[in-house]
Amino acid sequence: MSRYTPPEQSKTGQIFDIVVVVVAIFVALWLPLKLGLAGAAKSIDALDAKTWEALGQNPTMASIWEKLGYTPETAHDVIQNRFHYVIDWPTLIIMAIVLIAYFVFLFRASDREYRDVIIEKFEDK
Amino acid sequence: MTVAVETAGTAVNGGDRVSLLRVLGPAHVWALGVGIVLVGEFTGWNFSADKGGTLAALIVCWVVGLLYTSVAMIDSEVTSTVAAAGGQYAQAKHIVGPLMAFNVALFLVFAYTMLEVSDAILLGDTIVAKAGIDGLTHNSFIAATIVVLAWLNYRGVLMTLNVNFVITAIAYVSIVILFFSVSPWTQGAVLKLNELVTPGNALPYGWIGVIAAFQFGIWYYLGIEGTTQAAEEVRSPARSLPYGTMAGMITLLIAAAMTWYVCASLMPWEYLGITPYPLWDAGKLTGSPLLENLLFVATLLAAIASANGCINDAARAWFSLGRDRYLPSWFSAVHPKYRTPYRSILFLLPIALAFAFIADLNQAITFSILSGVLQYTFMSINIMMFRKKWPLGSIRRGYTHPFHPLPAIVLFCLCVVTYFAIFLGFGSQLIAMIAFYFLISVWFHFYRYKFVRRGDQFSMPWPKPQGY
Repeated sequence: MSRYTPPEQSKTGQIFDIVVVVVAIFVALWLPLKLGLAGAAKSIDALDAKTWEALGQNPTMASIWEKLGYTPETAHDVIQNRFHYVIDWPTLIIMAIVLIAYFVFLFRASDREYRDVIIEKFEDK
Repeated sequence: MTVAVETAGTAVNGGDRVSLLRVLGPAHVWALGVGIVLVGEFTGWNFSADKGGTLAALIVCWVVGLLYTSVAMIDSEVTSTVAAAGGQYAQAKHIVGPLMAFNVALFLVFAYTMLEVSDAILLGDTIVAKAGIDGLTHNSFIAATIVVLAWLNYRGVLMTLNVNFVITAIAYVSIVILFFSVSPWTQGAVLKLNELVTPGNALPYGWIGVIAAFQFGIWYYLGIEGTTQAAEEVRSPARSLPYGTMAGMITLLIAAAMTWYVCASLMPWEYLGITPYPLWDAGKLTGSPLLENLLFVATLLAAIASANGCINDAARAWFSLGRDRYLPSWFSAVHPKYRTPYRSILFLLPIALAFAFIADLNQAITFSILSGVLQYTFMSINIMMFRKKWPLGSIRRGYTHPFHPLPAIVLFCLCVVTYFAIFLGFGSQLIAMIAFYFLISVWFHFYRYKFVRRGDQFSMPWPKPQGY
């Protein structure tokens, strides 16, 4: 197998590639934030009676909340802000497929590239 | 200035080779690993209490500790054998292939850059909370932290890690002082675990909450694998890397257990799960101004040490991509005077700044955790391939980890559980990030790879791998 000689990349090409990577980074990380898709899926289970007892806090817990500067009213939204774990099966299946497809592609494409590397490296010797 | 790149760790400058300096010992490796991670005790781990309750936070502290013990064992073997800057990136390049290496480097860059962002946000928020001045925002503190630490990294790795060693040690000692100051052997005087963690609230969401808590349980230890990034700057990689990494892991397991015990015994789980600074709050709740101020300073130092190490690691991973032409070789320059990957440091600076201003703390932490878990998944498969392609005895290993393949299987299973945990609450972010990695991989495989030399990527003096 002949030794592969990569083309020289122009300065413009290098700048273009850097821009592509930067844009991809910002789209992947910034877009979920912008679209409000990022962050914890929580919601407040509101209570009518805002007392330490109603909020499920014993006297020790209540005294600590007060030491931290909270009243039952101000602590209500903190204590009642809960996760609601409902497994959304279609989304879970999509996530699993995306993850598996990604890793399968990674390993298969890597292996094709790796074989070229090994052939060139060890045939040169 | 510095230009193209020739051999591992070496750039060429007008005919003179400019390489990274081999100046680090095991203490620096410990400082790099623990320095990056220790901030996880000061913020982040406690969000696992939010997702599953206080007891769930303890369970994941131990189980995720097992995950990271597997990471440290596997990493020590591979890195003591593949001692090159880029750490897991260099491992992937020699064991799996170029596309995997490209992805692993991106995992590293994102995990560390987003961890740096989290550190800067924590530092800014902590100062603002302490100052208590109306209208004061964290922006200037975030910007100053990121810029000053980038400058420190630009100036040299030895000074950077010496600073890290000192401030990490101070932050660690503060946890030990807090632990012994609250009479941990007695309940009721200061600590009130029995009254705060009751059968009714220990697992408020049941066992699904325990699984969900894995997401932030990762934060107890995320980044310990960063020790391998310094492989090319360590005087004796085969000895220093396993010692430094394993010592770091033991240090962190002890710190995590002490942190959980004190915090769980001082505040209700609903508050523990949302506070950005649980240890500082613990210091306040003891009623001792001395402990409060000590933990305030320690929180800042832990954030600084972590951000400092993250800049170091992210820049080296980016530098490695440029050196192998996976990205434009412009990034592979080594500073002729300071011998640091200065262009990579400067390139990542505005990216960190931008996300520090647009993301909040738990979003930045989630981005970092996602990239970390992808990397651990790779590591579990990588060690299997490493042992298969070069069985024991076929090459010289600096360290051989015991019980293979058990650590790899444990690591892989825990990664699967953690993906599910991230799905429970942060699924959209996971899918968006995988989509990004998928598309950028297609770009690399079908376009960018044509600029990469083939045989030159394999730089280790090993025999041909079995099966090829």
